[in-house]
Amino acid sequence: MTESATNQTPDTPVSPEPTRSRGSAPAVQMMDAAVRLGGRMIWSEATLEVAPGEFVAILGPNGAGKSTLVKALLGVFPLAAGRAVVLGRPPGEAGRDIGYLPQRRNFDPGLRVRGIDIVRLGSDGDRWGVPIPGGHRLFRNRREQRHLVDEVIELVGATAYASRPIGEVSGGEQQRLLIAQALVGRPQLLLLDEPLDSLDLPNQSSVAALISRLCRERGVTVMIVAHDANPILSYLDRVVYLARGRAVSGTPAEVITSATLTSLYGTPIEVLSASDGRLVVVGEPEAPAHHTDRHAGHPGHSGHSGHSGHDPGTAR
Amino acid sequence: MTQSVSRLTWNIPGDLHQLFGFHFMVNAFRAGTVVAIVAGAVGWFMVLRRSSFVGHTLAVVSFPGAAGAIWLGISVTVGYFAASIAAALVIAMVPPSRTGGGTSGEAAVIGTVQAFALACGVLFVSLYSGILDSVTGLLFGTFLGISDDQVVTLLIVGAAVLVALVAMARPLFFASVDPDVASARRVPVRLLSTLYLVLLGCTAAEVSQITGALLVFALLVMPAAAAQQVTVRPGWSFLLTITLALAVTWLALGAAYFSIYPVGFYVTSFGFAAYALAAAGRAIGGWTGSRASANMTPLGAVDG
Repeated sequence: MTESATNQTPDTPVSPEPTRSRGSAPAVQMMDAAVRLGGRMIWSEATLEVAPGEFVAILGPNGAGKSTLVKALLGVFPLAAGRAVVLGRPPGEAGRDIGYLPQRRNFDPGLRVRGIDIVRLGSDGDRWGVPIPGGHRLFRNRREQRHLVDEVIELVGATAYASRPIGEVSGGEQQRLLIAQALVGRPQLLLLDEPLDSLDLPNQSSVAALISRLCRERGVTVMIVAHDANPILSYLDRVVYLARGRAVSGTPAEVITSATLTSLYGTPIEVLSASDGRLVVVGEPEAPAHHTDRHAGHPGHSGHSGHSGHDPGTAR
Repeated sequence: MTQSVSRLTWNIPGDLHQLFGFHFMVNAFRAGTVVAIVAGAVGWFMVLRRSSFVGHTLAVVSFPGAAGAIWLGISVTVGYFAASIAAALVIAMVPPSRTGGGTSGEAAVIGTVQAFALACGVLFVSLYSGILDSVTGLLFGTFLGISDDQVVTLLIVGAAVLVALVAMARPLFFASVDPDVASARRVPVRLLSTLYLVLLGCTAAEVSQITGALLVFALLVMPAAAAQQVTVRPGWSFLLTITLALAVTWLALGAAYFSIYPVGFYVTSFGFAAYALAAAGRAIGGWTGSRASANMTPLGAVDG
């Protein structure tokens, strides 16, 4: 965990971003952290360190506490033990410097709000009052805000449908708009909870490529929750693997191995490599039954457990 | 109603002169204007938040409030506001449903409150053993006998509601359409929800005094629902909502003055007409639009 995290940094690919140099402070740091929800320990002794500009996946079976990890970094759930530092501050104080995409948001098809308005909320939705109508003609910061909103929508390739009501566009289009929303505050850290979930395969790979491009070109640190590592595997600098209340972090080559996963799960696990480079994890146990009670508290998890059968990364 | 029916002569300036010749009509228009603006603004968020059932309940609760005030011999206006705001605070205490699939637990509590409130209203009316006419007025609206004091109260409460709503409009919009991201960005989602319920309670109490407790949707839902059909731009649909609410109220007061039928009927009918027109317009626009795009886009260009 700790040792693999620190000795891995020099191996990360050379990048033009000065922020990725070895000397800079980590973007995210967790030391022996634990989260307890409703009296139950979700995971404990989680230690990880993410350098600025890294692309990190949070992997693990359903109910392992992947979303909980993201929410702990956001400060939504308090730590029961240990400590965490996010962008040099305690969790919850980084505000606009974090772009967050929650798990599985489907907008009501009848919601008569444009995608562009949803994106704009990412930039100023937490400010009190209302924007003065036509204020972009009077104030430079409002003009800049408009440009920034247009720019991120263009960046994610959503210009064509940004003015349509968000409930009427497809799941992949909504996901792009929501990534734009997460980006519009010019965050240094993106926390994306299952951004590829509910997308078809072509959309999965194009959204994954988009996220990795943002990471490389803009130097944004990305932490992405996934139940299948394959669509993002080639982009990953580091993975955090959660299972059985513990966390292991390191490069994909270190963590997604038969030896590491076997010791993490405590049962024999085999990682096979398909001819196209995809990894298949065999023998991953079902999420323990006691996890299901937690689903009641997390709307995003419900109905999720049935999906692992379609998961190309998890064969049994 | 005891007034003799005034006839519309279709000599519009003359009719208007006649309309505003009575102080009670002037007060009705003053009160109606305040109520329309506040109802439009607060109703726009109510439709956005899908909390129409709560709005209806807060209005229904104002009926026992007013009936109880009559029975106790205190100010009816105080009865309206006290009951609706108290109910708003009770509903705000119900923990938000986190099981997904929405507000079933919440809806059960709200429905219980609503039924009990109606029953209390009936009890208060029979305890007072008043005239049946007042019940009709409380439930279905009246514009007779709005006092100067009542107009001032409506104006003060309405202005306070509007100022509060404008101050919290943007985070409330954020929390309404995207609560997960809003709370991650430290928007106080729960507090905003409580504050909004109190504003909705005040508004429901105001609207009840014009349309009656059962017909508040005429001003709370219909203009906002119609405007959100017409445009998806938040600023425009907000302004259109208030415009529609004002138009509906003014037309209804005029129509009610020149006929023997109650004002609640007219407000509701005009509001319904506005919504029906907007929905029909959107359906026709969508139909021609989809036909046009079907003609233009080749097969396979359809994006799920």
